[in-house]
Amino acid sequence: MAGRVLVAVKRAADYNARIRVKPDKTGVDLSNVKMSMNPFCEIAVEEALRVKEAKLAEEVVAVSIGPKGAADTLRTALAMGADRAVHVQTDLEVQPLAVAKLLAAVARREQPGLFLLGKQAIDDDSNQTGQMLAALMGWPQATFASKLELDAAAKKATVTREVDGGLETVRLALPAVVTADLRLNEPRYATLPNIMKAKKKPLAVLTPEELGVDASPRLETLSVEEPAKRKGGVILSSAAELVDRLRNEAKVI
Amino acid sequence: MLRRALAAAAGRAGVSAGGPAALLLPGGARTLSAAAPQAAPLPPLPPAHREELEEFRESVRQFAADFVAPHAAEIDRLNAYPPGFDFWCRAGEWGLHGITVPAEQGGLGLGYLQHCIAMEELSRASGSVALSYGAHSNLCISQLVRHASPQQLAKYLPKLLTGEHVGALAMSEPNAGSDVVSMRCRADKKDGYYVLNGTKMWITNGPIASTLIVYAKTDSEAGPHGITAFIVEKGMPGFSTAQKLDKLGMRGSDTCELLFENCEVPAENVLGAENKGVYVLMSGLDYERLVLSAGPLGIMQACMDSVLPYVHERKQFGKPIGEFQLIQAKLADMYTTTQATRSFIYATAAAADEGHASRKDCAAVILYAAEHATRMALDAIQILGGNGYINEYPTGRLLRDAKLYEIGAGTSEIRRMLIGRELFKESAP
Repeated sequence: MAGRVLVAVKRAADYNARIRVKPDKTGVDLSNVKMSMNPFCEIAVEEALRVKEAKLAEEVVAVSIGPKGAADTLRTALAMGADRAVHVQTDLEVQPLAVAKLLAAVARREQPGLFLLGKQAIDDDSNQTGQMLAALMGWPQATFASKLELDAAAKKATVTREVDGGLETVRLALPAVVTADLRLNEPRYATLPNIMKAKKKPLAVLTPEELGVDASPRLETLSVEEPAKRKGGVILSSAAELVDRLRNEAKVI
Repeated sequence: MLRRALAAAAGRAGVSAGGPAALLLPGGARTLSAAAPQAAPLPPLPPAHREELEEFRESVRQFAADFVAPHAAEIDRLNAYPPGFDFWCRAGEWGLHGITVPAEQGGLGLGYLQHCIAMEELSRASGSVALSYGAHSNLCISQLVRHASPQQLAKYLPKLLTGEHVGALAMSEPNAGSDVVSMRCRADKKDGYYVLNGTKMWITNGPIASTLIVYAKTDSEAGPHGITAFIVEKGMPGFSTAQKLDKLGMRGSDTCELLFENCEVPAENVLGAENKGVYVLMSGLDYERLVLSAGPLGIMQACMDSVLPYVHERKQFGKPIGEFQLIQAKLADMYTTTQATRSFIYATAAAADEGHASRKDCAAVILYAAEHATRMALDAIQILGGNGYINEYPTGRLLRDAKLYEIGAGTSEIRRMLIGRELFKESAP
């Protein structure tokens, strides 16, 4: 029995938003950019709710770390069906290790049977938080999950993972960390009544200090640049010309 | 929808897992660029409600962008919902049908302002889906909630809210449009039931409705005070529908003639009281005009949604046409009109929610919104030029859809007459 499921959600630039790099190349300009829940976190929330609906857990608690606006993302998780939310509020730039430490601190308080996360966020693509969290807690981990089955009696989880060569199935003892891949499930649509009800669900606000975690950044971003603009292609008349160009112009062969 | 989000996310995240994510998403990619138009700015609203309203609007906008907008062009072309497009149940499941229905009756317990915002955002996605939605949720459901007995509500409301049943309201007749109280459809009282005879014309949702509110004369001598409202069910003997009308616009929002030939309606299906139908009708019309006024507002926003990307993409004389002042002037006028309409509708709806639905203003909002939406659709076509005139672009549909609102729920002429009459009455010395 998983008891309680914790699920981490991250507020990120909406997948559909147009991303611009700041002129000074220090990062992405997020002013006036629509923010949404990271899509992989949505899948994690959905999975947590399914665990509860299968009566394998009593409670789903959503956790987010970030500035005031992260509360909106928690409300989205509540609207989808999470029971309550924990917001670790900080204006610092939080990096994967700090997030993992903060989530670990929350996990020690909440004692979940299962901690679900998205496999990575679509903004910084770090793909580290779940792994670090598992290490900090000393729990088993299954990342890139495309299927999750819980055996309540044996306190085990069976996870199918999407790996390069195909699918890998692992069994792990609970409590454990599982990170969600794209095919794990199709997240539900929060309904209007549930969006309204979400406002009344409890949302606790904590600070890194209260959790005794130093969340200050360890990594320094040197420069952020836009991807190179794609140039139009050219149509060549013969294979010989192609070879010539590759050899003498592109100098790749 | 969310699948699409994930595909995009996966694309951006450089997912390593086997197989391109897009394969999971039949038809998803095509709609990606059109998805999720930017939120339209809200005019100033009381700060207490602002955040809540914006969230509400954003939710409906997303729903409409995900489920409705991708089908809008096809619905127009087919003059029907394509197979698999189950708007009614999907919207019901999501909670859209009972916005103004009290929570204890299974609705959301919100106000006309929210109902207008929902209507606006749906209309922005598809004018015809929104019109049918308006007829169902406002003309039928709101009307029932305001006048039906507890027994009638228990019987009819639940399935209307889930979308299993579609609702309609039948007022106009072939020879009683603007002059609605001259209706000839009659209901003769018998022992425990009424016998309906006559026809109703241009009935939105007529072909698909299971629950219809029908006005008929119960006292032919008493003029407006001889009208009674009835709840008619599909399948009642003597009630049938004629073929679906082939309309200029609002295609896919099914409209037809209703035929009553000795149709027996139980006395318990009288909505309100006998011969008091005109009160049901007239008070309903105010709310109907208010909620439906958000239809043309949504079409205005759809015009902006079509035009704004286009003036960047389309280049003439070596630069985007949006750099030309004549185009900028059009954009400025279109924006200003949209915002003025939006402010007027929201203010009138907020007043209605405070219990001050003004007949004059309910007529004025839809008069203003409808005529300006038609004009704005013409401007949108003009900005798109040759492209605006072909049906691969949505602007022609926007024009055809917009025109309906100058005719349905009272013509512009009737609205002007109402407003003028109210002003003259109010200002009597």
